[in-house]
Formats: sequence, structure tokens, C-alpha cells
Amino acid sequence: MWSYSLKRAATTAVTLLAASVIIFAFIHIVPGDPIYVLLGDTATPDQIDALRHQLGLDQPIVLQYLTWIGHVTEGNLGRSIFFQAPVLSVIADGAETSALLATMTMIWVTLIGVPIGMIAAVRHGTWLDQGLSGAAMLMASIPTFWVGLYLILIFAAWLGWFPSSGYPSIFEGGIVNLRYLVLPSLALAAPNAALILRLTRASMLDVSREDYVRTARAKGIRPWQVVTRHILRNALLAVVSAFGFTFAALLSEAVVTETVFALPGIGRLVVQSILRRDYPVIQGVILVIVVVYLLVNLIVDLSYRLLDPRVELQ
Amino acid sequence: MSRDGAIFWLKPFIARPIALMGLGILLATVLAATFAPWLAPYDPYAIDPSIRLTPPNALHWFGTDQFGRDTLSRAIQSARMALLIGSGVVMFALVTGVPIGVLSALFPRLGHVLMRMVDVLMAFPSLLLALGLIVVLGPSVVNAILAIGLGYMTTTTRIVYGLTLRLRTETYVEASRSMGAGTAWLIGKHILPNLVSPLLVQASFVFAFAQLGAASLDFLGLGAPPEIPSWGNMLAESRTFITRAPWLLFFPGMMIVATAFSLNLVGDALRDRLDPRFRQLLGEKG
Repeated sequence: MWSYSLKRAATTAVTLLAASVIIFAFIHIVPGDPIYVLLGDTATPDQIDALRHQLGLDQPIVLQYLTWIGHVTEGNLGRSIFFQAPVLSVIADGAETSALLATMTMIWVTLIGVPIGMIAAVRHGTWLDQGLSGAAMLMASIPTFWVGLYLILIFAAWLGWFPSSGYPSIFEGGIVNLRYLVLPSLALAAPNAALILRLTRASMLDVSREDYVRTARAKGIRPWQVVTRHILRNALLAVVSAFGFTFAALLSEAVVTETVFALPGIGRLVVQSILRRDYPVIQGVILVIVVVYLLVNLIVDLSYRLLDPRVELQ
Repeated sequence: MSRDGAIFWLKPFIARPIALMGLGILLATVLAATFAPWLAPYDPYAIDPSIRLTPPNALHWFGTDQFGRDTLSRAIQSARMALLIGSGVVMFALVTGVPIGVLSALFPRLGHVLMRMVDVLMAFPSLLLALGLIVVLGPSVVNAILAIGLGYMTTTTRIVYGLTLRLRTETYVEASRSMGAGTAWLIGKHILPNLVSPLLVQASFVFAFAQLGAASLDFLGLGAPPEIPSWGNMLAESRTFITRAPWLLFFPGMMIVATAFSLNLVGDALRDRLDPRFRQLLGEKG
């Protein structure tokens, strides 16, 4: 277990290091000199030289990278051009919304995907299974922002059950503010729940062909007990590992969902920063998301290994 | 493809009416894109303020938008952009993914380096990767194809890599090698022909998810320029009018769903015809 964990952690570290080079390079390959972007068109040559020196852009590129990575490990991700504030604090402002949105979405994904996938697997081959599997494929084919716009139209504009946009912090307005996240999290959950549904179904069907399931049935254990104790428990292992990439898909799709619902999260921050050409913020968000994504995958892999010791590092 | 080959691939569609429907919708989309100028009842760009935001009626089946443009005509015209983006992304993914995957599997030392690089790219969630690339390249149709394609290049490379690793150990490949066959000959004679079927399946999934990716980019205003009709652009414009003109939201969205769903159905049906050993490498995530 320990050697596996160490190896897996080392791979993550190497990947992260390589990704950091790409993220660092990003700010150097965006069109235009970052200095002009920072200072605007009206800067004098003296100002340009001063800032170039201050930012260390006159240093060799390798040294610039080392300086940057040094700052990053201290939590210094640079300054936002638009907000005139540290990038980290700009990102931190959006973190509450995005974290809550992601958590609520994962709850929907689990509550919808796993039980329905289970039903489809138990009723394998029937019209019910075909209907549910078809519905899942349909769900995965719908753009999340379209679902979002429809949820706004029906549940906010017509029925008035939920607010259509924005999110005031629960620390200011209390837990009831979570209602602002109901529609966005449902929109975001739709395609991911479909994915988990199909995965739960497929992995339950796989497990149900195992010898120990046949043995359990032959021993005369009640069919529903075979399903819950023998099949489901083992099938869920594969589903657990899928939560990692579901989470990644979710980070991506949140960009669109947060824009549709005008949520003050990290996703909308990326889109707005792109439109504002606030490159340090874009760079910072990409870095934070990649770190979160790699860490989540590491945790998922390690817990998977803890649940199923047979897994070997590929 | 021989006649027997065609029958082999058509079988799952005959057995499953819903997959046949998917194939039908796809065919309709291709026809709509090809004959758009003749099929569209109106000029998709013609502005007529006197009929702005009219609900669907006998003259304008899908209604009109805020400029009085005919939504049906614009939806038909947009099929071109959908096919362009989809085939562009598939081509990019295949042209880059196949050589990298095959060579990585055949030359382990090179493969070790290349596959690690693919892993690094996969550390970036796909839409985020696309957005980053759009920032560097600027928004345009070609850049949208590259940005979305890069995300599928990685998955395609991994699939090709996995398939080639398996093919390499097949008895006939080893026999051929032991009789002195060169690497180029092996690739041309044994590897590539065996990759065609699984890649056909992969291509239909990539095509499907490229539709969703392109729609997202268009919706964010970072895909095709707003003057080009595309389903994503139509939805982006409809956003302001969703309560006044819900039909503007409905029809372009249905087009995206119909296209992506059909491609998924077709991919799913084709997957059932694959060698079972290859099937597990091709998930629906593309």
C-alpha cells in the first residue's frame, strides 16, 4: 500500500510539474507583450523598462520560471490587472460558490446515477433497461447550458420556485441561499448523472458474471441480497474511480453553467477574465483547477486501492 | 468496403430501430448542410424588422428572431457549421492521435516520453484546455476546431496506443515479424487495418461531443464569430429573449441534441460489432 501510494503521489507530482511549465508558458505565448497588456498603450518606454525589470521579464526564461514557481508555492499567483488585487484572493472569492456548486452537483449525480443504473442492471435486457439506458444517452447529448436555460425558463420565470441567477453567500444570508444553486447544480448534474448511470449499470453487469456471484446464487442466497451484498458493493468500486473524471468534467462544464446562471464562481471568472484579457487571473485559475483535479484523482485512486487491494499500478 | 462488410456494419441498425433513427437523423443533417441554400425557405441572413420575434406560424415554421430572420432557415444553414466543426475535430484527433499512438506502442522508449506528455495534457480539463488555447489563438472557426480537437487528440492517442499494444502481441503479427517484416510493413498491413473499426466508433463519439463543445464555445462568445449562423450562436442570441420568444431557445437546441444523440446511438450500435477485446477500450466519454 505504501509503495503504491508513494509511486502514485510521485507520478502526480511529475505531471503537475510538467503542467506548470505549460501554464507558465501560457502567459508568454498570449498575443502581445504582457507588459503592454499590464500598462496599456499609453506607457512610456521608461515605465515599460521599469516594470519589465520589476517583473523580472528581463531575466533568462528558466530563471523566470523558477521565480514564478517559487512565488506560486508561497501562494503568490501574481496580481489581477482588472481587479488590481492578488490573483489568489480573486480566486478565493469565487471558491465558495464553485465548491458548493460542485458538491451539490455530485450529490445529485450520486442520487440519480447510482440507483437508476442499479435498476437498469437488475432489469437488464428488459424494456425498462433499454428505456433508462436510452434516456441516459439522451441526457449525455444535451448541452448543459441549454438545460440550464430551460430550468430558468420553467422553474424561475414561469413557476417562480427558484431564483434565476446570482448567488449571495450562505455566510451572509444563511443556508437558505443554497436555493440559488439548485437549478445550476441540476443542469450540471444532468450529463454527469447519465455517465454514472451507464457506468453503474455496466459495472454491475460485469460483476454479476463473476464466479462468486454464481456461487452466492447457487448457495440459495435471496436474489436481492446477492444484488446488494455481492454485486453492488463490488460494482461501486468502479464507480468510485469514475468520480475522479466526473469531477474533472464538472470543473470544465461549470464554466458554462456559472455563466448561464451568473454565479460568482471560478468558472465565470475564467470567462470574464478572457473577455477582459486579465491574463494573470486566467493563468491562476487554470493552475488552481489543474492542482485540484490532480489531487482529487490522486485521492480517488488511493481510496480505490484501499477499497480494492487487488489494484496494481499500471 | 466490400458488400459483406457493409452488411456486417448495417446489421446492428436493422436490429435496433432507435439506432436506425439515429442514422436517419444524421443523413438528414448531412443533406440539410449540403443543400442548405435550396432547402432553406428564406435567406438566413435577411433582416425584416416588421416581423421580429414572431412565434412559429405557417410562413415561418420555427418563428423569427429579434431581427426578423427566419429561424428555420438559420437552423438549416447552421448544419454546415456543425458538420464542419465535427469533421474538423475528428480529422484533427485522428491525424495526430493515430501516428502518436501507433509509434508510441511500437517504440516503447519513444512511447514512454510521448504518453507522459499526453498524460500531462490530460491533466487539463478539456473545456479549460480549449479556453486556454482560444485565448492564445483568438476566437475563430479553425481555432475552435483545434481547441476542441486537442482534448480529443489525447483520448484518441490513448485508445490507439492501447489497441496497438494488443495487436503487437497477436500471433500473426509476431509471425510476420519473425519472418522479417519491417515496421512500416507491419503498420500498413496489420496495425492500421485493424484500427479502422474501433476508430470508426471513436470518431462517432468524438463527433458527438465536438458538437457539445462547439456549442459551449459559441455560447460563451469564444467560438464561431457571431455573424456566422451556428446552433450555439443562435442559442447565445436567444438568451436575452427566453421568456418573450422561447421558440428561439427550443429549435437550435433540439438540433444540437438530435445530432449529438444520433451520433451517440450510431457509435453505440457500431461498438457492438467490435471485437469484444477492443470494446472495453472505447467508453462513451470519447
